[in-house]
Amino acid sequence: MRSCSIPCRSREQIASVSETSRTSNLVSLRRTNLAFGMDPSAIDAKGGFSFDLCRRNAMLMEKGVQPPSFRKTGTTIVGLIFKDGVILGADTRATEGPIVCDKNCEKIHYMAPNIYCCGAGTAADTEAVTEMVSSQLQLHRYATGRESLVVTALTMLKSHLFSYQGHVSAALVLGGVDVTGPHLHTIYPHGSTDTLPFATMGSGSLAAMAVFEAKYREGLTREEGINLVTEAVCSGIFNDLGSGSNVDVCVITKGHKEYLRNHRMPNPRTYVSSKGFSFAKGQTEILSSKVTLLKERVVAIEGDEMEE
Amino acid sequence: MSSHFSQLCSPSDMDLNLNAPHSMGTTIIGVTYDGGVVLGADSRTSTGLYVANRASDKITELTDNVYLCRSGSAADSQTVSDYVRHFLDQHIIQLGQPATVKVAANLVRLLSYNNKNMLETGLIVGGWDKHEGGQIFAVPLGGTILQQPFAIGGSGSSYLYGFFDQAWKEGMTKDEAEKFVVKAVSLAMARDGASGGVVRTVIINSEGVTRNFYPPEDLPLWLEELEPVNSYLDVLASSSPEPMSS
Repeated sequence: MRSCSIPCRSREQIASVSETSRTSNLVSLRRTNLAFGMDPSAIDAKGGFSFDLCRRNAMLMEKGVQPPSFRKTGTTIVGLIFKDGVILGADTRATEGPIVCDKNCEKIHYMAPNIYCCGAGTAADTEAVTEMVSSQLQLHRYATGRESLVVTALTMLKSHLFSYQGHVSAALVLGGVDVTGPHLHTIYPHGSTDTLPFATMGSGSLAAMAVFEAKYREGLTREEGINLVTEAVCSGIFNDLGSGSNVDVCVITKGHKEYLRNHRMPNPRTYVSSKGFSFAKGQTEILSSKVTLLKERVVAIEGDEMEE
Repeated sequence: MSSHFSQLCSPSDMDLNLNAPHSMGTTIIGVTYDGGVVLGADSRTSTGLYVANRASDKITELTDNVYLCRSGSAADSQTVSDYVRHFLDQHIIQLGQPATVKVAANLVRLLSYNNKNMLETGLIVGGWDKHEGGQIFAVPLGGTILQQPFAIGGSGSSYLYGFFDQAWKEGMTKDEAEKFVVKAVSLAMARDGASGGVVRTVIINSEGVTRNFYPPEDLPLWLEELEPVNSYLDVLASSSPEPMSS
């Protein structure tokens, strides 16, 4: 197997370290193997990595077994630049294959007080990457004592995504207002970036872009901007199966921002009875009933007296 | 798809493939003229069959006097150009004077060659310096470096080799060279589906840098090409819309 060079090297490394650390190494390796469902006693006393399951996995793949997939959000996220700043918009549907697993999730993530970022792609990746960069930006602000720039966030995001060569599947719309003015960027999972006056991303990006291409113009007012963003996201919600539920909007202007959570709710629940549901007793037939009493037991836990 | 010239008719044929990496099916050109260089590029960035950006800028600034035309993977070429710009900025500070085009091109080559297994990008470096005047260097896929009087690159370049062999002349004036570049890019955009949008040019000479922008309505129409329209909604809204004929 192609993996054999790795166990050899790690065995040599383990052999060269001192006796005490050698045992601790073995313990941690055993743990690793336990996590993979292996019997610890089956492991060679010399230690090293075991790649037995690689062969099994390759065999299963060959037989056509599909590995489990990640939660990807079919999404509509949009952004535009208006007269005094940037407006971001997103739908709130999270899907797992064909199943809607969250009907009201948040896709507009916080980056800095003056910067927000919409995420599409694998939910875990968009969340992790935005959280990570926002913490780096916070530290950078402590160090410099200045407001974060949008290009700083852009560079941090793109260099991270590029280094993972597209395996971190986060497609982002980054918007914010800084000392150099309003900025809007798109970032693709492979790390390429674009700078645009209006942008869309995710599976609903085509539907949303059609709206922007038809109606966007320079110098929109705040109201016009919010309405256009809402219309674009609604176009994704209604025409793209991967997008749905509500519209979130975030308006960022110089020194001010407004996060409009569930700005528009075009998909209310239609199946709830206004009177509530009530069923008469005995609607469901009882086939059998059995009551098992738990043993009453009190356990006194000894401990130190509480200090004042 | 069944044949090379397949038409996209059924939805199953139309695989937009939005997950494909961002690549610039591109036309990029660099031409030397009497006193400087003219760089030219289209503005289309695509993912699969979707135009992700119809107004992108593929001519990136490396220093005040050296620019770079990018083709291939957008992520790769942006990363290479960002690194080269960083190294050149340091180099200029240490040197205390503008970098030469040769140094810039060699840095591009160094990164392209050393990381040739990771990168998928073809680049054209163009610029002017006081030692050797206007110069064009091509750094294609494998990371070789070629100094040429003119260089073309990207998917649209295959339509241009014959045109350049026939129409390129040594010692053109600035205006002749720019006209030539705009004509060449618009020819390639008319035939290459992966190139399109607007034409951008950058002129670099002893006087500095001039950037120009040519929207579709300012470009010549080639064989069987239709008049460009800003939005098809305007066409439909006009008093007598042309009926669609089969």
